[in-house]
Amino acid sequence: MTRPPADIAVVAFAQTPCRPRTGDVSEAEMLLPALRAVLDATGLRTGDLGFVCSGSSDYLAGRAFSFTLTLDAVGAWPPVPESHVEMDGAWALYEAWVRLLTGEADTALVHAHGMSSAGTVRDVLSRTLDPYTLAPLWPDAVALAALQAQALIDAGRTDEKDLAAVAHRNRTAAASNPHAQLRGPRPQGDYVVQPLRTGDCPPVGDGAAAVVLATGDTARRLCDHPAWIRGIDHRIEPHAPGLRDLTASPSTRLAAENAGAFDAPVDLAELHAPFTAQEVVLRTALDLGDDVTVNPSGGALAANPLMATGLIRIGEAAARIHRGEAHRALAHATSGPCLQHNLVAVLEGDRP
Amino acid sequence: MQADPAPGSLTAPLTLSFPFTRSLGPVLGTFLTGLRERVVLGIRTPAGRVLVPPTEYDPATGAGLGETGAFVEVAPTGTVTTWAWNPAPRPGQPLAHPFAWVLVRLDGADTALLHALDAPGPHAVRTGQRVRIRWAAERTGAITDIACFIPDPAPAAPPRPAAPHPGTFPDPVTTLTAPARLDYTHTPGRAQSRHLTALARHELTGERCPACAKVLVPPRGACPTCGVATTDVVPVGPRGTVTTFCIVNIKAKDLAIDVPYVYAHILLDGADLPLHGRIDGIPHDQVRMGLRVEAVWTPGTRHPAHYRPTGEPDAPYTAYEEHL
Ligand SMILES: [Zn+2]
Repeated sequence: MTRPPADIAVVAFAQTPCRPRTGDVSEAEMLLPALRAVLDATGLRTGDLGFVCSGSSDYLAGRAFSFTLTLDAVGAWPPVPESHVEMDGAWALYEAWVRLLTGEADTALVHAHGMSSAGTVRDVLSRTLDPYTLAPLWPDAVALAALQAQALIDAGRTDEKDLAAVAHRNRTAAASNPHAQLRGPRPQGDYVVQPLRTGDCPPVGDGAAAVVLATGDTARRLCDHPAWIRGIDHRIEPHAPGLRDLTASPSTRLAAENAGAFDAPVDLAELHAPFTAQEVVLRTALDLGDDVTVNPSGGALAANPLMATGLIRIGEAAARIHRGEAHRALAHATSGPCLQHNLVAVLEGDRP
Repeated sequence: MQADPAPGSLTAPLTLSFPFTRSLGPVLGTFLTGLRERVVLGIRTPAGRVLVPPTEYDPATGAGLGETGAFVEVAPTGTVTTWAWNPAPRPGQPLAHPFAWVLVRLDGADTALLHALDAPGPHAVRTGQRVRIRWAAERTGAITDIACFIPDPAPAAPPRPAAPHPGTFPDPVTTLTAPARLDYTHTPGRAQSRHLTALARHELTGERCPACAKVLVPPRGACPTCGVATTDVVPVGPRGTVTTFCIVNIKAKDLAIDVPYVYAHILLDGADLPLHGRIDGIPHDQVRMGLRVEAVWTPGTRHPAHYRPTGEPDAPYTAYEEHL
């Protein structure tokens, strides 16, 4: 259903290091090095781009239309065809993919940034919840994730020891990721909201990422080993956590089916699971066994620049195909409380 | 790609605080009015599920539930379906002392409601626990009319179906005012910090694009044409040319400037981008395109107070036509 009729590939990916506090740069200044890196890698100039789409959140910046400030970094004069999603950049990539499917463009720049350190991110995210029955209680992101984790523990699907192992494995993998914020295991620490400890939660950090998409022969010209998007889909569930079975992710499952994730085994998966227990839910929804490398980048537990974390999952998966380290990879992004909204992309390299 | 440290970057506290006023509509308005009256209403879907809190649309089919008016009353008692112990409550949360976040399936409901459970510690909370609502003393028609849940020592009553309810109350609640306050630390970044720091010394500066050589004022860190970082700081002004202007006739709140006054685009000498400024020292109806002006500083301020005429001949149109 959502298999692309055109060949569209990720041809370049770059990200800034994720830092706990980027107080010295503006959002445009933080983003610029990632933009320059993907443009330099492809030899494209900003005026060459057929489409530009970004993902960010005014809630994080505390300013309305904050994304317009990053347009300077894109080189938006003379005017460029541009769009923005108030979401993770993975959804900006989805919009750019749709734009390329129309045939109106053969290249697209996708970028995302998050300066999570500007505000108190736990409180800020609570303002994105249903304003009638949830937001007045100020439930923060850790609290909602902790309710999900306890539901999994009650169902016998995990325990605190397993969750600690998830945290340990992700951050151990991040030791070889120069962009990660937590590069190496950390103590699990005290409860933030029981049953989740500090180690079960992502670090708060600032960062940005950029991807270039291209079609067919343009992609082959711009990149030696394009990461072809074989399928991509996103699905959403009801917002209220009490309406859902928090131990399952039917939206991830459906998105993965529609993206063709189960048509053939994948070599690796990059999962957007900011909290350890969410990886448990996603592994089940995606049928990921121990034979699949999950989050070789360290995932969101090692670096979580909000609104860029999901795009980075797609970029990390693509970069491994670019480097010939993987042939078929799954990338996942999430949005909303307790894995409410999920996107799955399947990327493949050309057979050698 | 590692950014250079820039100890001179400015930061400032930024507090956003405003009340959101929202209309509630028939479903949420009825639910919240019920809470004010210590009545918990759910809504029954065509398939027979009772949703608490009620939703305006059936999550299974998307069918509108408001028109059917299938409200039912559920009990103020229920069962914890999952929980999480919050050892350090944050501002705005239901209780100021440590508490458990809980999802509670009220007796008669098929879905769970998020709220707080007042319990002595995590040892006293478990999934499956029986709890009951503690109502707020003052109720206004909000989810916070439920102060919290408390453990209910009574054994669960035998299940009975939720009773139909007309959903009508005197003086129904129709709007919700939700105050929100968030605190940020804002940074203008390196380029604007350099500009603002120079302004505090009463110096006007721009930054030159290394690709197209244009001098951007105020600099924001990147050339919007070339998409590359600007780094070369260039003094500009203090004189400049009015490229275009408007006459402001509406007095802004809290602004001690009499109307009418002139707000103009001013192309500072040496700059390739005009900036905004107020024109003073000349009757408002004599301001014109091409007028030569200079910055006027008030001691102790970080910005030019306004720009005033220099007395030079007007600049020719060709000097600024590409900056309109
Ligand atoms: Zn330039």
